[in-house]
Amino acid sequence: MRVWYFSEMAYHPAWEEGLSRGSLRVVLPNRNFDPQVGYGLLNRYLDEFALCDEVGLDIMVNEHHSTATCLTVSVSMALAILARETKRARLLSLGTPIANRPDPVRVAEEMAWLDVLSGGRLEMGLVKGAPYEIAPANSNPANLMRRYWEAHDLILKAMSTTDGPFNWEGEFFHYRNVNIWPRPLQQPTPPVWMTGLSPETGRAAAERGHVVGTLLSGAVAGPMFEAYRQRARELGWTAEPDRFAYAAVVGVGNTTQEGYRRADLAAGYVRTAPVVLEPFTNPPGYNSVGANVAMLKAGPKRGGFVLDREGKPVDHRTATVEQFMASDTVFAGTPDDVFNQIRAFNERIGGFGHLLFFGQGGFLDHKDTVANITLFAREVLPRLRELSPAPERSATVAAE
Amino acid sequence: MSTSISVAGVSLDVIERGEGRALLFLHAGEGLEPQRPWLDLLAAHYRVIAPAHPGYGQSELPGWMSSVDDLAYLYLDLAARMELKDAVVAGACFGGWIAAEMAVRDTRRFSRLVLVDPLGIKNGGVQDRDIADMHGLPRAEYMKLAWADPANGTVDYTVMSDSEIAGRVRGRDAFTLFGWKPYMHNPRLKRWLHRIDLPTLLLWGECDGIVTPAYGEGWREAIPGARLEIIPQAGHFPHWEQPEQFVARVRAFVDGQGPS
Repeated sequence: MRVWYFSEMAYHPAWEEGLSRGSLRVVLPNRNFDPQVGYGLLNRYLDEFALCDEVGLDIMVNEHHSTATCLTVSVSMALAILARETKRARLLSLGTPIANRPDPVRVAEEMAWLDVLSGGRLEMGLVKGAPYEIAPANSNPANLMRRYWEAHDLILKAMSTTDGPFNWEGEFFHYRNVNIWPRPLQQPTPPVWMTGLSPETGRAAAERGHVVGTLLSGAVAGPMFEAYRQRARELGWTAEPDRFAYAAVVGVGNTTQEGYRRADLAAGYVRTAPVVLEPFTNPPGYNSVGANVAMLKAGPKRGGFVLDREGKPVDHRTATVEQFMASDTVFAGTPDDVFNQIRAFNERIGGFGHLLFFGQGGFLDHKDTVANITLFAREVLPRLRELSPAPERSATVAAE
Repeated sequence: MSTSISVAGVSLDVIERGEGRALLFLHAGEGLEPQRPWLDLLAAHYRVIAPAHPGYGQSELPGWMSSVDDLAYLYLDLAARMELKDAVVAGACFGGWIAAEMAVRDTRRFSRLVLVDPLGIKNGGVQDRDIADMHGLPRAEYMKLAWADPANGTVDYTVMSDSEIAGRVRGRDAFTLFGWKPYMHNPRLKRWLHRIDLPTLLLWGECDGIVTPAYGEGWREAIPGARLEIIPQAGHFPHWEQPEQFVARVRAFVDGQGPS
């Protein structure tokens, strides 16, 4: 198993204000961001990422916009710094919200540049993006996935074409001379990742052989991974665990109590992430017609709920560490506890090759974050590698 | 009665009611609402032809279709296909925008244009929001802006069939597809409104907070000879909140009949 440390680079000093206004995103005015405090936090978070390289963890970054939950505005910028600050870690962008980007060729250029700069350590996530990312980008949600797939195809073609320029006149994107310099070091492209929550995404990823990742809910991951495996079988290949990634908050300590305390603080991210003004949670077209019919029938009181292992709903906004553990959102305790929880989850889920380790989430301070990272890397990581070997990295064959 | 009519390869769900002069009614972003009274009230005087826009109800939304231009040509084709002559074209809200896009292109089959609180043009500057951000407001705030009395527009999904809800969801998605960016307008439409060579009536809900009567003045100034009338106790959907008033004003304009 590979373990990718991940932090959203939260701006938790504004969380209380955001919670009191009912939205940490889109409409929370940025006067609630103090640039001097931000200077300290951004540098601290990048130091914590850099530490991962020294202790043998891989690194994942993401991006969000117009929010107090995440200060990373560009995966490319964050990874450009980390490519230079690290030597061994693989660098996962998870990812670029390509349906919200006006210029996919620019995305291909930046990813190729990062791959060259890092000596071929890039893993490239091309993601749909969360519903509340629609408003900051002002992208049309009604044809989001059509745009996503056109951008996806164009990016992979741009990265894998060596005898360009080529022409592209699609529904959304128009170029007459696509010929990116540099081209990526990993040929034909760095490994491609997608994210999602539904079996439909699992099938779509299987059709392209991409890694698929999901987060914070075993009840969501199970059916999605199973749909992927089944679709791969239909297509005549076997999906190994290295096709599957799962993100969970992890708090590890020398005592169970210390691990729980760290998990509780890091889980602040999970509690705040869904707090967003109502119209931005479900823009028209973002979710399927069927999902919307179900939501309208259920009535206005909904949201923020996942199911635990017994099928009971857990409200992410208010859950305790124990409730989060019951929905596989959090792994917490001593290194033994955490390893045993991940091993059991791995069995339940049918095997997954990538743990996305939410090791910081707001109020967990630098000292605790460093302890969380180092203790995990020293005591848990070697046992996870024994449990399932770290997947060899190979580039994905580009889609036509 | 609703029939399926194929126009330009697109299967449209079209309601036809009544007899007499043809009146093509283009519905609002909220949907056709065929069970509400205004179509029947119109049908007492006209041959009402009311298509569900592509994506709404049972009408097909083909993958290539994504702009109000497409809808304008589609309905001009529908008018030709039905061999309409001397017809009235009336559009409300989103339907008003479509009707105006038709009228700047080709008015041969029509003799009157009625626009009811239409979306579609930009009057103000870069930082002015002429059209309320319906997709950025909590539902309760939207209802307050859109209705003189929000109770008039309440929709109870718990009593609907799944297929009826699905039709509404698809309509909501289609409204977004056509109107997301630029938001609910065509930046160049106002430049071409001078081409409209039909007598034009603008009807406006006094309490419309989505596009206000002041926004309607922008339309009145741009369409040669257009008249703007205000309907009291109505918001963005006067045909829905004051259906009798709406039909009386249409009749007075089209047939010279005063309100009874």
